[in-house]
Amino acid sequence: MRTHSSRRLLGALAVLATLSLTATACGSDGSNAGTGGAPKDVAAALEKGGKVTVWAWEPTLKKVAADFEKKYPNVDVELVNAGTGDKQYTALQNAIAAGSGAPDVAQIEYYALGQFAIGKTVEDLSPYGAAKYGTSFTPGPWNAVTEGEAIFALPMDSGPMAFFYNKKVFDKHGVKVPTTWDEYVEAARTLHKADPKIFITNDTGDAGATTSLIWQAGGRPYKTDGTNVTVDFGDEGTRKYTATWQKLLDEKLVAPISSWSDAWYKGLADGSLATLSIGAWMPANLSSGVASASGDWRVAPLPQWTKGDKASAENGGSSLAVPKAAKNKELAYAFTEFATTGTGATSRVTEGAFPATRADLESKAFLDKPFPYFGGQQANRVFAESARNVGEDWSYLPFQVYANSIFNDTVGKAYVSPTKLDDGLKNWQDASVKYGNDQGFTVNE
Amino acid sequence: MGWGFAGPFVAVFGLVFLAPIGYAGYLSLFQDRLIGGTSFVGLDNYGEALTDPRFWDGLMRVGLFLLVQVPVMLGIALLAALAIDSGRLYGKTFFRVSIFLPYAVPAVVASLIWGFMYGNQFGLVGNINDAFGVTLPDPLSPSLVLASIGNIVTWEFVGYNMLIFYSALKVVPRSLYEAAAIDGAGEWRIVTSVKLPAIRSALVIATIFSIIGSFQLFNEPSILQKLAPNAITNDLTPNLYTYSLSFSGQQHNYAATVAIVMGVITAIIAYAVQLRGMRKG
Repeated sequence: MRTHSSRRLLGALAVLATLSLTATACGSDGSNAGTGGAPKDVAAALEKGGKVTVWAWEPTLKKVAADFEKKYPNVDVELVNAGTGDKQYTALQNAIAAGSGAPDVAQIEYYALGQFAIGKTVEDLSPYGAAKYGTSFTPGPWNAVTEGEAIFALPMDSGPMAFFYNKKVFDKHGVKVPTTWDEYVEAARTLHKADPKIFITNDTGDAGATTSLIWQAGGRPYKTDGTNVTVDFGDEGTRKYTATWQKLLDEKLVAPISSWSDAWYKGLADGSLATLSIGAWMPANLSSGVASASGDWRVAPLPQWTKGDKASAENGGSSLAVPKAAKNKELAYAFTEFATTGTGATSRVTEGAFPATRADLESKAFLDKPFPYFGGQQANRVFAESARNVGEDWSYLPFQVYANSIFNDTVGKAYVSPTKLDDGLKNWQDASVKYGNDQGFTVNE
Repeated sequence: MGWGFAGPFVAVFGLVFLAPIGYAGYLSLFQDRLIGGTSFVGLDNYGEALTDPRFWDGLMRVGLFLLVQVPVMLGIALLAALAIDSGRLYGKTFFRVSIFLPYAVPAVVASLIWGFMYGNQFGLVGNINDAFGVTLPDPLSPSLVLASIGNIVTWEFVGYNMLIFYSALKVVPRSLYEAAAIDGAGEWRIVTSVKLPAIRSALVIATIFSIIGSFQLFNEPSILQKLAPNAITNDLTPNLYTYSLSFSGQQHNYAATVAIVMGVITAIIAYAVQLRGMRKG
């Protein structure tokens, strides 16, 4: 996850929402046995061996691939980095459309998975035996990859949100770590007044971050039921978010710096960007991209919309899916299962991935691990707590990739002109509705 | 017999020139939806493009860009060419090379360099603000971003146009200048009555290139978009819009339609300028 932009991560979440629907699949006998693939076929395929091509950018898959080859000597795993996020999805879509060159396994962020599921270009994994993992994964990611009985991918990691803050800056100016968003606005004012170079955070309009905070506030702007979709940014949760964020924008309390830019890393390092509300995959990015600030930062639960609450949301995360165009689906499923469950998942966590599996999330070794970057804090305890408190029933659009790409065209106006956030979100809603209807969905009707 | 000679050319021309245009035209007659797949829609896409405010606003923006940036750029290029050609400039080789140099810098790199300078947090603008305690207007704000892009494009292409003008001036026989001088013409008169008419076709060519370049504005805003995502929207220019339709929206058919409409408009305007420019007198 460390190379993604947060926008993509958010997108991933969107997919989750899209797919998070009614029931989680249970029972392992799939209904579409005709398309082939059953647990015994998977075992036979492993015996026979062959080659699996995997398109992914997640770095911890390298070790898993080597372990898999060691365990099944007849299998050859070819790990290809076909680009990160959107770039890979474009390549994947092109390969699928062309009818050749598609990989056997592809990394797809949760928010983008909906697009592939609805286009029927990824394989339903339940007949292969995936249904038995229903309880192995944490609910957020699992909801993101399932729709009814169908399982379109297996969760690879997750991004429960946490509040990262620069303790040195807070201590220097005697500011208390905010536990509510009102306190957060207050802290933003105090810090910026004490030193005009300090901003509470950066924000130039980020679809992923915005939808995640609306999620945390209890807003559920997207509802998807097959091809019937509703988009409504007028609900109470959304209004809570806009009321608070509008204050930050009006008083110019957020730095006009885009995430993942050079200026952003600089600001995180020199203390001029004091906090980040972002997914639990962030620590690896901090220790590699902002090494000089090691020891300054700490992790806390997200500030709350209602005092005393423990609400949280997801921000990012990816899954492994098997395209329908894969040549050897049984083998592809075997690798997907190996990499996302059991010892494969554990080895990836050891390498730095944030788990989507309950067993790893609850293991003592994981929870007790001290983070030297955070002054020895057992940060995983905060993340694991957040994962438990992720709000339910969130759903992304089945065309969230496109919706996110036009966020700055619409909501972005609120950042650079007198347009209000509420109006910006309304414009985003209208543009998303139009696109959805153009694409054959039934949106807001 | 004739086809034997023309054949290779016609084959390559058809393959690399006509076929892509034909294919775009073919694509523009269909619609591919996430739900429902591909269907033939006739000219519906054209109807939509002709009434699409995002497309027309983008076209108006590049039109405005063209009206301001192209005269400025060609004016500077012409001045530089005349100065170098006048023979009175000390170190003219140095000037010629250094004015031309930005053209050798790839547009992507040039945009990045200027993007760093435009930054009001950590860029040159930010440094000036800090050093002198002033607040310069943000070059990447929505109201200035088009001018900032124009500045980059001017910087990149003044040298190229200067070279076109300079080489045209080089072939004007010197004897004409002497004859004019003998007739009593001053330097300014020589410029307006001898030099400019002599390089008229070069001026027209450079203008047409610049018009096409303006309508195709893409690289610079696309690179700067990362720095100013809210000022540079996905529909800032028609080319950015087609790109976003095609690659983020998967609307290849509609993108092909917009591209064709844009191509036709560009061709009409370029042709009109050429007709007007080539007319004698």
